[in-house]
Amino acid sequence: MKTSVERVTAYKVISWILLIVLAFLFFFPLYWIVTGAFKTGADIYAVEPAWFPTEWTTANFEKLFTMRTVPLFELTVPFSGYFTESGKPILLATGPAIPAAIRWLINTVFMAVMAMILTCITAAMAGYALAKKRFTGRAIVFGLIVCAMALPKQVILIPLLKEMSALKLIDNLWAVIFPTVGWPFGVFLMKQFSESIPGEILEAARIDGASEFKTFTTVVLPIIQPGIGALAIFTFINSWNDYFMQLVMLNSSKNSTISLGISTLMAETTVDMGLLMAGAALAAAPIIIIFLIFQKYFTQGITMGAVKG
Amino acid sequence: MRISTLAVISCFKRGVLILPKHSQPTMSKALQRRETISGYSFLAPSLIFFVGFVIIPMFICIFLSLTDANMHAGTTIFIGFSNFAKLFKDEVFLDALWNTFVIVVVSVPATCAFSLWVSSAIYKMHSVPRSLFRIIFYLPVVTGSVAVTAVWNWMYDNYTGIFNTVLKGIGLIDKNINWLGDSKFALGCIILILFTTSVGQPIVLYVSALGNVDQSLVEAAQVDGATNLQVFWKIKWPQIMPTTLYILVITTINSFQCFALIQLLTKGGAGTNTVMYHIYFTAFKLTEQRGHFGYANAMGVVLAIAIGLLSALQFKLAKEK
Repeated sequence: MKTSVERVTAYKVISWILLIVLAFLFFFPLYWIVTGAFKTGADIYAVEPAWFPTEWTTANFEKLFTMRTVPLFELTVPFSGYFTESGKPILLATGPAIPAAIRWLINTVFMAVMAMILTCITAAMAGYALAKKRFTGRAIVFGLIVCAMALPKQVILIPLLKEMSALKLIDNLWAVIFPTVGWPFGVFLMKQFSESIPGEILEAARIDGASEFKTFTTVVLPIIQPGIGALAIFTFINSWNDYFMQLVMLNSSKNSTISLGISTLMAETTVDMGLLMAGAALAAAPIIIIFLIFQKYFTQGITMGAVKG
Repeated sequence: MRISTLAVISCFKRGVLILPKHSQPTMSKALQRRETISGYSFLAPSLIFFVGFVIIPMFICIFLSLTDANMHAGTTIFIGFSNFAKLFKDEVFLDALWNTFVIVVVSVPATCAFSLWVSSAIYKMHSVPRSLFRIIFYLPVVTGSVAVTAVWNWMYDNYTGIFNTVLKGIGLIDKNINWLGDSKFALGCIILILFTTSVGQPIVLYVSALGNVDQSLVEAAQVDGATNLQVFWKIKWPQIMPTTLYILVITTINSFQCFALIQLLTKGGAGTNTVMYHIYFTAFKLTEQRGHFGYANAMGVVLAIAIGLLSALQFKLAKEK
């Protein structure tokens, strides 16, 4: 008995050590981004790697913010792009010039927030209908959704570009938002959550004379709220990081997202690692902070999506 | 938008047509109709986006794959399956297919085994260290592919990269290695990054699945004198099988779609061309070649079919076990 106990502890100690080493290795790239962003050129090109910045500098960030400017906003006549000969909308007013990196961040936040809100609203409604309504064609719609989920998302991006150019949405953030909202994972997730709504409560609401919409907002929504939280954070992070879609749909600097902006920096400078790390830090910091705050919901979303997946 | 509304309506009609067989006997006709109307009202906003930006592009993809379409206007001629015939004689494509296959075959089992090991080591821990480990292994996913690629690009760098300086420091190599430019190493380097960014989700899933394993069975086996290894293979492994299956499928799909790493690091050079990158390259960079857009869509169709078949195969194998 004693030897067995000893062996178990030995195994435990080894696995703890291995885990901690691995955790350090997985954490290292992030550490390297953050320290690299504040390193001086001398540290970056040192023959002996500077594991820790010998001198902290904000020069990389200063360079990132001053290297390029774009207007804060451009007011255009709505839908005027459909009528002009070149397809470009008519400009009404242009905002003051600001650092491009700031504009990229604003664009990314706008894109991720819009995708999140629209996805949550549409998916909550659709998930509830699929879980609790016994309507004709339900099995077909649900089957279609499950099949589409197995489809590689990136494959449809190429034809999606054709469709977006027909809709005159190229180089427009909405071209990135709409397909994100259309992706059926959210509906699937919300259906799983809505299954747990007791039928009696819905029946009671109906007997009390509540309209369908009232039932949804006052009875259903409070019950599926944790699910919506999970979906919201999930959509936000995925949309923020969906580099391929942004690359295909957006092409001007003023409409870039932060990922796209940093990738153009990568293409332009192959040697200024400090600048690149500052950009990477700027792209990663907001999303990591949001993840850390809401990670409980996030974990829940991942596991719920897999149940009977 | 107009197209998508039309498609929603047609979808609606198809649904109604199939009705009579499945209508439930307990519901009156009037109630059934009311349920249908309210059901579709709740579904409508979601269906508009789903049909408009997933289903329609899917059909456009299939349609374009049968034509010689170009990205920028020009005439489009229906050419049947000749794009597909051309594909299987295209050496660059076959090469990309092979590389993608290598990535999938190496990274999927590695990801699954690694995440299973980490999860079984951390799932019994107190909630604080467990969350901490889970977060650390998830961080590379959240950081985003561009930021992750930027830092790995530097770490692999020929002159200032940490890999070369450290390996030289401990005497493992005596000359700087051009990791991403050398076809002996490049694909392996890509797989390593892909690996670090894909274990996060499986770990979360496995930790939750292992936590849900029926504890009474485990205890009963331990009373009967089963070793830890036996408990794992005979009791836990069958119970987490559905999770394993799900992880296999999502990891396979992810590996197939490996794109950002290639586009940002090697541009398909040094023997790292993958199908996804080749699709992108053909659709957006080969714009002078006639019919390039239709050709890219044909590759997309092949990739989708390959992923679908592989997912189905994994399901079938797992069900038999």
